[in-house]
Order: sequence, then structure tokens, then C-alpha cells
Amino acid sequence: MSRTRTPVVADWFSGEGENFRLLGTQCGDCGAVFFPREDAFCRNPGCTGGELAEVPLSKRGRIWSYTDGRYRPPLPYVSDPDAAWEPYTLLAVELEAERMVVLGQAVPGVTTADLEVGMEVEAVPGVLNEDADTTWTTWHFKPVSTR
Amino acid sequence: MSRDVAVLGAGMHPWGKWGRSFIEYGTIAARTALEDAGVDWRDVQSIVGADTVRGGYPGYVAGATFAKALGWQGARVTSVYAACASGAQAINTARTQILSGLADVVLVVGADAAPKGFFRPAGGDRQDDPDWLRFRVLGATNPAYFGLYARRRMAVHGDTLEDFAQVKVKNAASGALNPYARYRKTVTADEVAASAVVADPLRLLDICATSDGAAALVLSSMDFARRHGQPDPVRIRAVSTVTPQFPQTVLDLPDIATDSAAAVEPPGRTFRASIAHAAYEEAGIGPEELSLAEVYDLSTALELQWYEDLGLCAAGEGAKLLREGATSPGGRVPVNSSGGLASFGEAVPAQAIAQVCELAWQLRGTAGERQVAGARAGITANQGLFGHGSAVVAVR
Repeated sequence: MSRTRTPVVADWFSGEGENFRLLGTQCGDCGAVFFPREDAFCRNPGCTGGELAEVPLSKRGRIWSYTDGRYRPPLPYVSDPDAAWEPYTLLAVELEAERMVVLGQAVPGVTTADLEVGMEVEAVPGVLNEDADTTWTTWHFKPVSTR
Repeated sequence: MSRDVAVLGAGMHPWGKWGRSFIEYGTIAARTALEDAGVDWRDVQSIVGADTVRGGYPGYVAGATFAKALGWQGARVTSVYAACASGAQAINTARTQILSGLADVVLVVGADAAPKGFFRPAGGDRQDDPDWLRFRVLGATNPAYFGLYARRRMAVHGDTLEDFAQVKVKNAASGALNPYARYRKTVTADEVAASAVVADPLRLLDICATSDGAAALVLSSMDFARRHGQPDPVRIRAVSTVTPQFPQTVLDLPDIATDSAAAVEPPGRTFRASIAHAAYEEAGIGPEELSLAEVYDLSTALELQWYEDLGLCAAGEGAKLLREGATSPGGRVPVNSSGGLASFGEAVPAQAIAQVCELAWQLRGTAGERQVAGARAGITANQGLFGHGSAVVAVR
């Protein structure tokens, strides 16, 4: 039985392998970039509002900070209640061109001991969880040096 | 024209995990504040409740819930919600009514009954709610954000785990002297270091708990206070309830990303610094005139951040200020003489009100063993989810 691969949130990322990118939107008037995407209105208070067009975000960025989750988060985070909790690592990544910081989980197996603020990472496709019919896909950040 | 309002009465229900309704806690805090003020509930012209999202419908209409519990007497009613800043918004609503002449004497109440464990979003499948998304997509609990801030401080400013632990040691020592605190034990740095890591680099004793608790204030016009026999009451001189400015470049709960500064330069002040700045501007005093401060120490590391954002020291020098003892009891500007969230745990809608209760007792000189000698001016500071700033300046 094969599961359907479905993004955990529609239109936040796309592509496979090297072509994987987070997707934001950009205001055609003032140039402001938004992630998570804004599709209705530009949030720049000094902008009268242009068309918002989808733009891929920079694939690589540098670690602004990092932490981990040593205890099981509450729902709607999905985890197997019968399995021992496996901590995951959470990164805040600064994208230079966009001048913004984006959160994302690290690829499985990366722990806080492997990381330093300023380290270069890239956005890669990942799996958040699976249920009977669906593989819920997401983005992960992966240190570039461990490729 | 004076823009001061008088703090006639302050009251609290002890923080803890009592297993009872927030209505009971709030009613007890309200009665205590009314008794402290010497004001009959039937003479209160307006009641403002800070809402809780954890008590069902009565929590969403907290003002009416407390008015009914105290006995309907016809007062004007308001209920407000601003996450962790709800209490300050309730205070500001009361103050606005007093300064505009709509009411002479107003009761402000906030109370919560917190569940065990992490705070969690409201139920359902809500892909348009950032608070739901950060849990669904990232599993990012509140302590995860505190961990990110703490690690960032270590990398940028050279703060150490020992610095963070010393915040807990300081606050626990004050909390041990506060009858309303949930945790009334001193804590050592070794005990902090031995507690479990929750969100690297922060440990259980670096992170505030979630608590039951309630706080209430009776506020009035200065004229009413004089007629009431209190010519020199503690006064609230400023309440800051500002929002961020675009682009908001400091990662904030529950956001998955900051705003981008690619198109618009970030404001000169970060959001937290702008909260304090607005309060100082309105009060006409600066940080150098403060006798004490109550700040929202959701984590130990965040208390150090507040030192800088309140202008108690320069950016990056929070840990140095702590190490010098400036923010300890007897120091230049004691911070969290109440024991802070480290000793209370957070009872969301009550917490910002409780901060002002502590200022009121300190400025009256009735804080007992916790008393800051000669306290004349104090500030509270806090930040609520979704862009709610809050700071209150009180003077004597």
C-alpha cells in the first residue's frame, strides 16, 4: 500500500532534491517578501498594495539560533504515543537576501551538539509524519558541511 | 491636567495548582483588593476582566463572570484579551475610563486555572492560525522559543548557563519571602544545573511553570482617592500597550519567521525596547529614575534581555548587570522583587496585574522582607503573543 505524499501546508514549499525551495510571496509594489506567504495584502504599512507574486526563498542561510524539544509537544504535533519520545532539533535560520529568520526542524540525526550559530545550512525536503494514507511532507534544514 | 490614576487597593489569590475554578480565585483576589481599598463593591462603577482561554465561555467574558460572582450591582463591564498582556490591557481600560471621566472607581481582575504541561493551541484543524501551525509543523512549544533566544544570547553576548542559573537563584530567594508565590524555596545554581534539559540550553528550572492564580486592583481618579482619605496614593503614571513596527525583525511567539527587512529598514528600536520607551515617554521618567522593575521572566535568559530592553544597561550587558548585583535585593534597581515568574509560574491573565500589585506594595513600603528601601518609582514589562506590548509605570 502506498501513501500519498502531501505537504503539511499547501504552497509553502515545492520541488525535489536540489530544486527544493521554501516559497514566499513578494509585493510587486514595494518588494517586501513574506513567509509564511501573504496572498491577499502586503503588510508593509507604507505600501498601498501591489500584486503578491510567489517567490522561492534562498535555499541556503546561516543558523541564527538553535534548540531542541526534549519532551513530546502537545497535539496538533503528531507523534506515536506508544513510542519513546525522540527529541528533534529546531533551527532558526537567517536568510541573507531576504533579511529574515525562518524556523525549521533539522534533518533527523542532527543534534544541537553538531551545530553552531553562524553555520551554513540549506532547506531540504523532509517528512513530518505518516498516517495510514498520507506521508505528510515538510522542510528540514541540513548543515551544508555534512552533505 | 494630571494623567495619574490612584491604586487604592491590591489583592491576590496565592499562585499554585489548586484544582479549582478561575472564578473562585478571581473573586477572592477581587474581595481582597476591595478590602485593601476600603471600597464597597456596590460603589464600584466599572469592572474590567482579563480573559482566560482556559475556562470555557465564562473565561471569554471574565468581566461579567466576576461581576456576577461578586453579586450583580449594575456596574459597567468590559472583558479584554491580549494573551500574556491581558492584565495590562485591563488596567489600561480602567485607567482610560477614569481619565475620560466615565468612572471614578474601577475594579480590575484577572485569574487563570492552568492545565498541566505545555500550553497548547485551541483544538480543530486550523491552517490559518499561526499558533496552531507552529505546533503542527514544528512542534515549537513556548520553551522552544525561549531556548532559541537563550542560545542566541550565548552566541552573541557571551552569556553563560551559570548566568542564567543565577537569575533563578536571585528570583527564588525573593519568591521564598512572598506569601503569594507558588514556589517558596531558595534554589542553588547546582540545582538548576541538575534539572532536566527541556529546550537546549534551558533546563526545567530556567523555565517558568504554568500556574493557577488571580490578581486584582481597585483603581480610582485622584479626586476620588482624596475624598476617600488617600491624598498620597500609589499612582499609575503610564501604561504602554504598543504593537510592533514593520518589519518586526525579532522572532516572536508564535511566528514561524520574522518579517523580512529586504524592502523596509527595521525600526531603530526592537519591539521590546519600544514597549519600555513608550512607557517612559508617557511617564516622563527614564530608567535611571527607577527604584525597581518587575519583568516577564518566562525564562531566566529572557530576564537578562529585559534589562537591556528596559534600558537598565546597554545591549549585551544584561549578564554583567546581574553579576554586579545591580538587579538583586539591595542593588541599584532590584528586578523581580516579587520572585518573578520563576517563583510564581504564569497565570496568564493575572500575571501583568500581579506585577502591578508588587509595585503597589513596594511603593507603599509594605512589602515586608522583600521591601526595596525608599522605593519611589517602578516599571512592569511584559509581552503577549501576537504582538501585544505591555508596561506599567507606577510612582509614589
